[in-house]
Amino acid sequence: MSVRDDVAERIPGGDAGLIVAVLLVIYAAYVLAGVGLGYSVRGQLNTIGVLTFYIGVFAMLALALNLQWGYTGLFNIGIVGFMAVGIYVMALVSKPLYESGGAAQVGGLGLPLIVGIVAGMVAAALLGAVIALPALRLRADYLAIVTIAMSEIVRFSFLSGELQQFRLFGERVGFGGGSGLILDFTNPLEAFFQSFGLWDAYLGFVSVFEVIIPNNPKPVVDGLVYGAVLLGFVAVYFWLLKRTGESPFGRVLKAIREDEDAANSLGKNTNRFKIKAFMLGCALMGLAGILWLMTSGAVTPNFFRPRITFFVWIALIIGGAGSNTGSVLGGAVFAALLYQGPRYLKNLIDTVIPNADAPSGFGPAVSPLISNFDPAPLFFYTIDSVRQLQLVFMGLALIWLMHNRPEGMLGHRKETAAGIPLTGSRASASAETDGGDAGGGSDE
Amino acid sequence: MSDPDATNVGSDHAGGSNGGRDVPGRTDAASNGLDLGSGGPNVDEEYPLQVEGLCKTFGGITAVDDASFRVERGTLTGLIGPNGAGKSTTFNLITGMLRPDAGTVTFDGEDITGQKPHAIANRGLVRTFQIARELQEMTVLENLMLAPKDQRGEALWRSVTPGFRGDVVEQEEELLERVWDVIEFFDIDHIADEYAGNLSGGQRKLLELARALLTDPDMLLLDEPFAGVNPSLEKRLLEHVHELREQGYTFLLVEHDMDLIMENCERVIVLHQGQVLTEGSPDEIQANEEVIEAYLGGNV
Amino acid sequence: MGIAETYTRGRQFAITRPGSVLVALVGAVLLFDLVAGLATGRHSFSGIGSLVWDGLMRGLVVGLAGIGLSMTYSILNFANFAHGDYITAGAFSGWATTYLVAGFGRADVGALLLVGAGGSVFGGTLGIGVTTTPVAVVAGILVAGIATVALALLVDRTTFRPIRDADGITLLITSVGVAFALRYLMQFVFGSDVRGTTSQPPAMALYLVDGAVRINAHDVALVVVAGALMLGVHLLLQLTKLGKAMRAMADNEDLAQITGIPTERVVRAVWVIGGGLTGVAGYMFILWKGTLGFNDGWLLLLLIFAAVILGGIGSIYGAIVGGLAIGLTASVSIVWIPSAFARAAAFLVMIVLLLVKPEGLFSGRSTA
Repeated sequence: MSVRDDVAERIPGGDAGLIVAVLLVIYAAYVLAGVGLGYSVRGQLNTIGVLTFYIGVFAMLALALNLQWGYTGLFNIGIVGFMAVGIYVMALVSKPLYESGGAAQVGGLGLPLIVGIVAGMVAAALLGAVIALPALRLRADYLAIVTIAMSEIVRFSFLSGELQQFRLFGERVGFGGGSGLILDFTNPLEAFFQSFGLWDAYLGFVSVFEVIIPNNPKPVVDGLVYGAVLLGFVAVYFWLLKRTGESPFGRVLKAIREDEDAANSLGKNTNRFKIKAFMLGCALMGLAGILWLMTSGAVTPNFFRPRITFFVWIALIIGGAGSNTGSVLGGAVFAALLYQGPRYLKNLIDTVIPNADAPSGFGPAVSPLISNFDPAPLFFYTIDSVRQLQLVFMGLALIWLMHNRPEGMLGHRKETAAGIPLTGSRASASAETDGGDAGGGSDE
Repeated sequence: MSDPDATNVGSDHAGGSNGGRDVPGRTDAASNGLDLGSGGPNVDEEYPLQVEGLCKTFGGITAVDDASFRVERGTLTGLIGPNGAGKSTTFNLITGMLRPDAGTVTFDGEDITGQKPHAIANRGLVRTFQIARELQEMTVLENLMLAPKDQRGEALWRSVTPGFRGDVVEQEEELLERVWDVIEFFDIDHIADEYAGNLSGGQRKLLELARALLTDPDMLLLDEPFAGVNPSLEKRLLEHVHELREQGYTFLLVEHDMDLIMENCERVIVLHQGQVLTEGSPDEIQANEEVIEAYLGGNV
Repeated sequence: MGIAETYTRGRQFAITRPGSVLVALVGAVLLFDLVAGLATGRHSFSGIGSLVWDGLMRGLVVGLAGIGLSMTYSILNFANFAHGDYITAGAFSGWATTYLVAGFGRADVGALLLVGAGGSVFGGTLGIGVTTTPVAVVAGILVAGIATVALALLVDRTTFRPIRDADGITLLITSVGVAFALRYLMQFVFGSDVRGTTSQPPAMALYLVDGAVRINAHDVALVVVAGALMLGVHLLLQLTKLGKAMRAMADNEDLAQITGIPTERVVRAVWVIGGGLTGVAGYMFILWKGTLGFNDGWLLLLLIFAAVILGGIGSIYGAIVGGLAIGLTASVSIVWIPSAFARAAAFLVMIVLLLVKPEGLFSGRSTA
């Protein structure tokens, strides 16, 4: 622990510096691996864009979870449900009105994206309140089961035919059922730049990239810019939660996590604080869900399986519950190593050793090994199954963390819960006299 | 060996609006308009805490059985009784941690029976716990900063919204001053930056008393504040309690140590098998045959 | 004392009454609707009967698998999220055995051991069923039980035992890791396709007023196996010292340890009994529904949690009753709500009961 703290202290810029340093290391590793294996510039930039995207969403989600679990001790494993409500409600509000003959089976209310985003966040927060009002009285493990059950109820609801299509304010709207919902609103990036009147400037910016990517650079640049926007949102989350934590409000949350009865007997209405923290976290999860999916063109309910919830948990545990800096680092490390890493590795190996004929199953993969000691098919099958195996690795990583480092990279770190610095002696808080002198009033 | 000046620290910051009561923590609050009306209209009433016919059973076992007593303002009143007499349960019933099956609790003339613990604490009736409930992963300073009532920054929006946070920070600075007054009063400035989980048992008790004081209470319920405290610290704690009592606080004290109760309390209430056996001055209690019987018969 | 206690109860009930009254009211309305529907011919008796029977079967699986979860929950104090994947592991190990026994010599051994991964062998083609290949089924049941016991003990030894004293949340999170590793390892080996495992079992029709309720041989097998195992566990816990030791540990582990109960041995016994029941439950679940996929256990897990919490953690009878209640809810609720919400209804029942029935469900506020 102390070693890591030392490292953190030696990096200039404190926590922000630490985050930047870790990001730089991650990007350098990806770029170097790509260069070493002869990836094209386009492929490189694409990879960076995708990586940044996942770093962004997981960092946001880990930060939101940190507010609930790290600060307040609320065990929410229904994260994916709040994400789903966020994007679905956003789609309902912001999709264009239904027109017969269009690609979309159902329309929306045709309101601006920003209205949809706010509506999605509010809906996620309200769902949080519905869960929280009664369930916060429950033990942590019961709250866990209630929240995960809720997230499944949300998924089943969006899957159901009954909500596939209905009328709202006289418009034909719906959630699309199991076949999914086409997100046919304006491209969010375009809407974002248009709102500042900068869309043409952006297109000009994109065309500059034709120098390095001669063929249609827009998707690649879009990916990079959207990634950067997400990192901007991470910064906003971080700022918001840091302010929340470093305040009397955050102090009460911390007290609730430590001993709710004690906080109560000091006159704090702990239930109110818990509900507020839970709702804020849920709204942020809803926003993360919106930002994750709003550029994906379509959304299906089965995307929102509980595994994503556990991804966020792994990210938070890697970083260290209780620390905002740790949440961001955990999100970045999870995205780079456990989420995108194995897939990137597969791509790299595929480039180096093209394996057109990977076996289709475990049987054909193993039998050559048994019959004539040929490990190649098993190797290719393993590479081909990286999306399943990475979940095995995640599971093992989670077990390892809980055994060896349950406090994560930065857990239990001192993030003072006050609006002002709290220092060990009175003088340094009020006057500029030397701390040792001023503390001399003590009898020690 | 406490700092001789410590008792007067409060007066440096006194706003004088609180009847000149020289209490650290309280005075600044008054001057800053933070006082929630403590020392208000009922200040003259003689008995702030009145308990009538309190009953509580746990799965058929009667812990408190029709207990009635009252506590006189400005006294240090002891609540004693053999093990299992229902002292801790009585505390929990008074402070809302448990809901009584029957009976009423009146504080400052108002019925507070069955109210939530935070609501009761906000009325000025604050407790400490038998096993100190310090918030381990918070520093002493954080623990103490938590306690004051009506913190503006406890409203989430105000803490995060630019333009309003200035108010919060301003109040935090005022609170920190009050906290330092109390820290110096209790002579715990050398551990101000320590995590509460690293404190000794006695220091935790001090911290808990200090924290309770910062809520700006009228009356303090202390549940075995001296258990596990070394003799010199016990002496210091007692001095603090006496000072505070002289400043106008009312104390109800649960304690096992009979000598300590007899030497320090003005009034003593004896609980036995969930009922009030008797009450009176220490001398009366010591002479009471029933009490001696209860203690000999019970398990002292 | 009697009066005071009655008063306590009355008062406590009064606090929770709004919820309880509402639940009772909703139940009454639904029941009335059902009766009215039957009377007016909106629902057929046989249709309802089929749903009830289906729910009971589902409930038996949930209850049987729930016993193990309930036992580990109360003894080790954590919600084991890997339990669903123990069910799947039991199913795969048992069905690999059944395929091997039933199809030996008729198909590639590898394909049989992988339970026909990738459509290489079909259970229907092998004619698997409790009446057609009884030996293969019995062998499968035994192997499912034994393999799951071995798995549960292995996981406990390597994963849970090193952090035995950690709090319930730490163990819960660890069990999520176990669940991930197991589930996707099974997917890696057995593939992600959902395969049919049995041929059509013989069935009989029971006539109920206006139509038939069909009951097939696999339903009967499930009732027999589940009933026998539940009775067996009941006797085991009643007649041996183990049951007493388990109850003591569930109450207070430290105390149990002081009084000389060999806690680690009790823990092992719990994994053996719970693992065995869970593995067999997994096997019987697949036999009953006729398909097998790597997600089956996980999908069942939340229903099992619902059952265990409903019945009261630590009570094997609670798990059984809770299982039946959850199974019935999931099946019969489609009378009133769209079938897409059947599973949601079961979760809702759990959530509502968690909120309405406060005894033992709230955190033990330590009152010093």
